[in-house]
Amino acid sequence: MSDQSKGEARNQILSGIRTALKRGPATDAQRGAAAERVRTHPRNLVPARAQLDHEEQVALFVRMALEVSCTVERIPDLAAVPQAVAEYLAGLNLPAELRVAPDPELSAIPWAERPTLTVTAGRARDADAVSLTGAFAAVAETGTLMLVSGAERPTTLNFLPDTHIVVLRRDQIVGGYEDAWDRLRAVQASFEGGMPRTVNLITGPSRTGDIEQTIQLGAHGPRRLHVLLVGE
Amino acid sequence: MHSTAHSFPENSRRALENERLQYMLRKSGTGFQDKRRRAAERLPEFEDLRDQGKAIKNHVLENLDVYLEMFEAKVTEQGGHVHWCRTAAEARDTITEICRNAGAKTVTKGKSMIAEEIAINDHLESNGFIPIETDLGEYIIQLRKEPPSHIIAPAFHVSKEEVADAFRAAHTELPKDRPLDEPRELITEARLMLRRRFQEADVGITGANLLIAETGSTVIVTNEGNGDLTQTLPKVHVVLASIEKIVPNLEDAATVLRLLARSATGQEFSAYTTFSTGPHRPGDVDGPAEFHVVLLDNGRSALLGTEFQEVLRCIRCGACMNHCPVYGAVGGHAYGWVYPGPIGAVLDPALIGIKEAGHLPNASTFCGRCEAVCPMRIPLPKMMRHWREKEFEQKLQPPAMRRGLGVWAWFARRPALYHAAAKMAIRTLGRFGRGKGRFASLPLADGWTRFRDMPAPEGRTFQDLWAEKQRGGR
Amino acid sequence: MAETRTGPRVGLFVTCLVDLYRPTVGFSAVKLLEDAGCTVAVPAGQTCCGQPAFNSGDRADAAALARQTIAAFEGFDHVVVPSGSCAGMIRVHYPELLADDPAWAHRARHLSARTHELVSFLVDVLGVTGVAARYPDAVTYHDSCSGLRELGIKAQPRALLASVDGLELRELPGAEVCCGFGGTFCVKYPEISNRMVEDKAADIAATGAGTVLAGDMGCLLNIAGKLSRQGSPVKVRHVAEVLSGLAGDVPAIGETGR
Repeated sequence: MSDQSKGEARNQILSGIRTALKRGPATDAQRGAAAERVRTHPRNLVPARAQLDHEEQVALFVRMALEVSCTVERIPDLAAVPQAVAEYLAGLNLPAELRVAPDPELSAIPWAERPTLTVTAGRARDADAVSLTGAFAAVAETGTLMLVSGAERPTTLNFLPDTHIVVLRRDQIVGGYEDAWDRLRAVQASFEGGMPRTVNLITGPSRTGDIEQTIQLGAHGPRRLHVLLVGE
Repeated sequence: MHSTAHSFPENSRRALENERLQYMLRKSGTGFQDKRRRAAERLPEFEDLRDQGKAIKNHVLENLDVYLEMFEAKVTEQGGHVHWCRTAAEARDTITEICRNAGAKTVTKGKSMIAEEIAINDHLESNGFIPIETDLGEYIIQLRKEPPSHIIAPAFHVSKEEVADAFRAAHTELPKDRPLDEPRELITEARLMLRRRFQEADVGITGANLLIAETGSTVIVTNEGNGDLTQTLPKVHVVLASIEKIVPNLEDAATVLRLLARSATGQEFSAYTTFSTGPHRPGDVDGPAEFHVVLLDNGRSALLGTEFQEVLRCIRCGACMNHCPVYGAVGGHAYGWVYPGPIGAVLDPALIGIKEAGHLPNASTFCGRCEAVCPMRIPLPKMMRHWREKEFEQKLQPPAMRRGLGVWAWFARRPALYHAAAKMAIRTLGRFGRGKGRFASLPLADGWTRFRDMPAPEGRTFQDLWAEKQRGGR
Repeated sequence: MAETRTGPRVGLFVTCLVDLYRPTVGFSAVKLLEDAGCTVAVPAGQTCCGQPAFNSGDRADAAALARQTIAAFEGFDHVVVPSGSCAGMIRVHYPELLADDPAWAHRARHLSARTHELVSFLVDVLGVTGVAARYPDAVTYHDSCSGLRELGIKAQPRALLASVDGLELRELPGAEVCCGFGGTFCVKYPEISNRMVEDKAADIAATGAGTVLAGDMGCLLNIAGKLSRQGSPVKVRHVAEVLSGLAGDVPAIGETGR
């Protein structure tokens, strides 16, 4: 379509909407109300389940995550990550190789203490079987992880490898999705345009019921989602 | 998509006789219904959330132009492009133009009902592109060259043996003696074969469950991860969405999302709910270089301000068809077009015309289960009735039925005549039926008596007996 | 018998299927209402609630029948209907049908507010908790769609059936699944309707009950017709017949006559 007919299509659709609604262009009051709803983004009903105190939120997150076939291991601090990962991989008979997000939040992990683990950083490559990333937040309500993309947080690490390990701090766990959005908005300035390219809400490993309605894990995304929950 | 909706009676007869299909339908049984009920019972606020979901969407529809313009501004601000398309043809042309400009060859696709609506795959193929469905169910039906039979489980009707046959026929480079009996084996093979396609793709097309005005984001709700690989790996990401998918802000999205997975599969939340906003940012090491949103009208705006407006609240969860006894008997293909089940009975006539899709709103007993489970409280039976009103006005119904009902109404509006005629007719029918208690066949009633006996009436009308009682005293 | 009744004045909306097919249901309704202290009249100006016209898209005839019904039933404290679908038509759809008619809109709403399905009226309005009937059989109950989903009828028939002497109530698997009648649906799409009623018949057989009951003649004719064609010995009756004790006076629906 030419630019002119593209503009025509746009105008026709918008005026079609107005005609159907039996009005002209939206009034200032209408535009104002819509802009207000967007600007102030008031919360709708938030389930009681999402409004617990933090201890209960952490416990709920773990329970819900286990329900959707995540595995969860609690560790005291980032220093414990290399050993936890090495043991996890050994327990599954997986090679001791890891692709890690070049995330500054993960830079304190002392990989050198575990030299048998081969650790490289960057976006996921086809041959990478295991990835390790951080998270932006986690939503206790449904055991959901929130990961956001960025220069140091390639999205492909969340999807290409068969096993995805997420390092999650206790203080990243919030009650409901609205709390997670508020955290994202708080750092909006750090994303060009106000949002990252991708926000992934991840609730358990990949799965499908497309073969005779039987649920199988690991359709296209990771078959395993392992959460290292950091903090006392 | 080409429609066979006008052949619904024939389609459904064949569906009832299709043993494979019937086996699959029975196997599924009440699975989806039980899961949805458990999820709804587990969340005490579920009913209130349905009311809120309805209110959000009603508000959006009244202000649809405003929110769409806000969305466009935000998308553009973040380096994306919005394309407004009035018709399926415009959407097809827009998408092929984007693919051509990208020098594309392989085009991967996430699941999208709008893509079915505009029949984009055939169009891409005839323009020299290779479209590859990546959702496992869609991939299966693409190989089998058939349309989806359910809006969230497109290969619902396909048995695992049939999947294996399709894979063997298509994946000829793999060893012929490999086992493909278990779902695990089938999924591993699909994952392997499609992984290569994901990496090869130049353009990835996804649908959108939601568009968000606040942020200019598009949202997909999946479980496999294919939608995410489709939109992250290629250099161009195209989102194809109809205009009514928009919500104002992230909080409104959260409310709708609380309803969606629970209503569709009984999950608390889908494995992957992804918000995509614009192309990759400077410094990102993955993600697409171009982000396009193709906004499609294709008859939606025409429903605004009509008695069908409420159908635009639909969030495509599939709960209605999961609970419909007619869908449960004949499956999705019988409906003959993109949207089956109760939502199809209302939407298909709106999009392809009542003459073509007229059977669909008629093939309902108005049992009301669809409306009872719709997360957005869409009054589906009421709108099916509105379609029947349109057919009545346009005289599209079978003449014999119209005449019969007309005769009935003529008498019913004349009580004295009605009671006199009924008294006589029932005495006659009663005399014929008295001995056996039932009729195995009745003239003009073949539709009934082919499968059922017709019980005999008692032989006198109530009004006749009551009047007699009143005259005789107590 | 009491000489004068001073209880609520009830107009009985018989429904066309009861009137034509099974007057015993109408008399059962009268008996149940009188036993509960009501005075019952049956206005002659009633014929059909208008559902067939309404569901076929003929709004004009449906509205005409609605006005006729409204006029016939003005003046009663309550209007009682031995059918969930007809009661639903009056309660739920009459106000919608006549919403734009200034002369009739409020009259439709007024009738709607006074109209009840029979069993719901007995339990929810009159507070009846039991009946003095006897029906020694294993019985299963089908929840007719309109009664269930438009009027919330579910617990009430079960509560009254529990009080019937000798009656053993067995829950029907899929009690809330449509039987496939749907008015003209059963003759427009007979194969699909047949599949639905076959499933219903199989569920009924699985309970081992000797009798199946429901509150709507349409469902009952459909189910009885199927069971009869299958040669099933299961008896089919309207719930009002059993609750009133009049079941003994008439063969079950479709059963061999006297």
